Amino acid sequence: MSTSSHSKNTTPAPAPEPSEPSEPSSKLLFNGADWDFDTLKNTYDAIEDIALNELKLDVYANQVEVITSEQMLDAYSSIGMPLMYHHWSFGKRFVRDDVMYRKGYQGLAYEIVINSNPCISYVMEENTIVMQALVMAHAAFGHNHFFKNNYLFKQWTDADGILDYLQFAKRYIAKCEDRYGFDAVERVLDAAHALMEQGVNRYSHPEKPNLAVELERERERAKYEDETYNDLWRTLPQTDTDDQDIDEIQRKMRIEERRAQFGLPEENLLYFLEKNAPAMQLWEREILRIVRNIGQYFYPQKQTKVMNEGCACYVHYSIMNSLYDKGLVSEGAMMEFIDSHSRVVFQAEFDDQRYSGFNPYALGFAMMQDIHRMCVDPTDEDRKWFPDIAGNNDPVETLKDAWANYRDESFILQFLSPKVMRDMRMFMIDDQSASPHLEVAAIHDDNGYRRVRRSLARMHDVSVREPDMQIVDVDIRGNRQLYVQHTEHEGIRLEKAEAEMTLGYIGQLWGYGVTLQAIDYKTGEILHETNYTPDDLTAA
Amino acid sequence: MLYIVDRRKNPTGKSLGNRQRFMRRAKAQIKKAVEESIRTRGITDINNGDQVIIPGKTLKEPGFHHVRRGGNRDYVLPGNKKFVQGDRVARPNEDGGGAGGSKASPDGDGEDEFQFTLTRDEFLDIFFEDLELPDLLKKSLKQTTAFRNARAGFSVQGTPANLSLVRTMRNSLARRIGLRRPKTDEIRDLEDQITALQEKANKRPSGKLTKPDDEKLHALLADLENAKRRMKSIPFIDPIDTRYNQFQQIPDPNTQAVMFCLMDVSGSMSEQMKELGKRFFMLLHLFLHRRYEHVDVVFIRHTSRASEVDEETFFYSRETGGTIVSTALEEMKKVLKDRYPTDQWNIYAAQASDGDNYSNDGAKCTALLAEDLLPKCQYYAYIEITDEREAEIFAAAEGETALWKSYAPLAAVNPRFSLKRVTKAADIFPVFRELFAKNRAEAKT
Repeated sequence: MSTSSHSKNTTPAPAPEPSEPSEPSSKLLFNGADWDFDTLKNTYDAIEDIALNELKLDVYANQVEVITSEQMLDAYSSIGMPLMYHHWSFGKRFVRDDVMYRKGYQGLAYEIVINSNPCISYVMEENTIVMQALVMAHAAFGHNHFFKNNYLFKQWTDADGILDYLQFAKRYIAKCEDRYGFDAVERVLDAAHALMEQGVNRYSHPEKPNLAVELERERERAKYEDETYNDLWRTLPQTDTDDQDIDEIQRKMRIEERRAQFGLPEENLLYFLEKNAPAMQLWEREILRIVRNIGQYFYPQKQTKVMNEGCACYVHYSIMNSLYDKGLVSEGAMMEFIDSHSRVVFQAEFDDQRYSGFNPYALGFAMMQDIHRMCVDPTDEDRKWFPDIAGNNDPVETLKDAWANYRDESFILQFLSPKVMRDMRMFMIDDQSASPHLEVAAIHDDNGYRRVRRSLARMHDVSVREPDMQIVDVDIRGNRQLYVQHTEHEGIRLEKAEAEMTLGYIGQLWGYGVTLQAIDYKTGEILHETNYTPDDLTAA
Repeated sequence: MLYIVDRRKNPTGKSLGNRQRFMRRAKAQIKKAVEESIRTRGITDINNGDQVIIPGKTLKEPGFHHVRRGGNRDYVLPGNKKFVQGDRVARPNEDGGGAGGSKASPDGDGEDEFQFTLTRDEFLDIFFEDLELPDLLKKSLKQTTAFRNARAGFSVQGTPANLSLVRTMRNSLARRIGLRRPKTDEIRDLEDQITALQEKANKRPSGKLTKPDDEKLHALLADLENAKRRMKSIPFIDPIDTRYNQFQQIPDPNTQAVMFCLMDVSGSMSEQMKELGKRFFMLLHLFLHRRYEHVDVVFIRHTSRASEVDEETFFYSRETGGTIVSTALEEMKKVLKDRYPTDQWNIYAAQASDGDNYSNDGAKCTALLAEDLLPKCQYYAYIEITDEREAEIFAAAEGETALWKSYAPLAAVNPRFSLKRVTKAADIFPVFRELFAKNRAEAKT
């Protein structure tokens, strides 16, 4: 789209053209579809006024970047980040999206927003001005507010530092490629990517990345080991199992001691490997750390998809309506907005060809609107279910509190109302592998609300969705076998082929044999075991 | 609070590095797919990119994931129409139809094949991977390339012809101002004043000036002497002022090539044989096009006479008559001399023939080639197209054609010259590869 200045529809708002003075539309921010930078700026100002003064949002400074569709594809492929190190998997994503886009199977997102300070939103030049308004309201205020205020983001991500960190990561990995070759770096990155989901700290506070401190600690540890080296230890029996004369209690204590020494069990597989893999080079450890840090940065986004999108949709919907109420946008623009909006928040039903799970935009927006409704116009049912918020007449503060203090799982558990369940006609399926049938366990009625809600909340719990993996033991005195445990809930196994490949990656990083044990979460008994020895790995 | 940044002018192709890494990763598969594609499509549209489909297995990014089915689980679906609590539903079949409703997503685990488009360059790079133009590298190293002068700033040394007047004068002026060298005008002015005073003295009866005038005259005379001294000791142009234009010799690489297509079009060449020749020429053209920015093609056909023709005539019009190969070589020599000087053009030639030649012409051909043409050519390929039925006969050594007989000794001693036999379309590519195989030079020398 051309944004040339002779475009007839680009009147800046403060200086209405004298040619249409009789029209009340002289207040309009824009007319038609075209836009230029002045229009963009004026529209932004109007949106900002509503966002800050009516919705009282708290946002990072905004940076809106206009990009072409090709650049959008670029950004897509490197997980939405403006800077990213190179890896073939991003290239794979790029060629796939490229094909899909060119063939028209798939449109591009209207925007990408980055949790950084200043908050960067990418908007495509092809967008009409209405879309730009929608996108700015959605990303530059909705997502921006959420990033800045949600507790997960506050706790786990560093919006000020992320771009610098990515810059560092990109340079570092490029340097490693120069020095150690593409293949060596690719091997480490492949392995690290495979373990990315298991490379996040879920509960403790993340330490700030600081290589210097790590190196210092590493050096001190090595020094200590040198100083306290005693050749006599070498003559001791090698493995614990050989110590037949040691009684059971003592052996258990030894294992406990050993586990304590390595901080086991450890659920952050990448962290463990980074710190403890015996044969890894320093640069390999640093790469693991980079992947781990990026994984950690995205972890809050994974846990708040519904809320994040719900928040952004609620914000853009409120702002666009407010613009319209003030007479700043025309009815035509509003129609275009509603068309786009309703496509974004469309939820296909389960038996629809298009169904692919719950649409976070749809669920989130429905819930936000519902909370708004309960605050200002509650029914008896709402008063019974949500006595705290029903009729408090302060929807914005109520929502802001929810946006700040919940994640998807707890948010759904807390705020999903019977009305939304009825509106979306939710029902719960109980799938027992022993049974030949699926059973409808609950539907949207008085008996079922709570069960449906609990089940839906669990579906949005990342720790339930992703397998529970831990490193539980290292046979450090013996053959250095590493023990990885998958706690199996309700007989839900790991994808076998993939798990074996991933195990191979662990083995490659660890450098010695690895055992993957599946244990039952109730009884703790080992259900099955997969072994990997280094020979298998080198052959693979 | 707002910054709007226009990034549209930023360089695109940020993920080119990723794409290249992806191509590296899937190299073997892509190569296989490309070879398959070459086999199935006409050689004429080889000049485009292509869509390739490769197995997704090597591109798998594994991780620890739960199985999609199995175990005991519960989940919520939207859009209930008729179910009530306690209803039983048949388990949907494996691919997720039925109550599940969804197909495996395209990026999900159901991904078996991976489809994408290679650009023309990527496609051809793979196509040409093991091929190399003979001696191209050697040529580019030894090449007595033409040089071109390019300005490269200024220097304090140089020949007078390259003196940069503007720079020199600028320096000179700065120095003169800096050292307060008197200007010619100032001296003339002083002299004028002195003359005026002296005339004034002459006019007076006493012949002498008044005292103040006399003092003034003396001061002026002193000034003048001073100025003249300064002028003498501070030169107008000093060697330190001089600046010379500096030029650098930039090698001007030869980026153009001409390709001569020589073909026998006499009656003994059937349409099918010509078609084979055409394919060979096309492949060669494509190959040269990869290496050179600009490729000219000259078509020379011959019977008992030779002439330069356009492509259409070359391939499709029929001629009758005998066969005298040397006429074509003469024609090529002439065109070379007229239009393609060797210092500006890389010259390639390909000759296709069924091997017939006028019996007394062989020696002349060999001489022309050895003395006039081969020294100028980067490469001269002769392919002999034989009928499939005759192929077996020719496989025997004594079945050699007239032309082959005269060419063979030359090819044995000259690495720029090679001969091959082709009998069917499927032979073209292998022959082509053999002609240009990377290790050809090593094998021969």
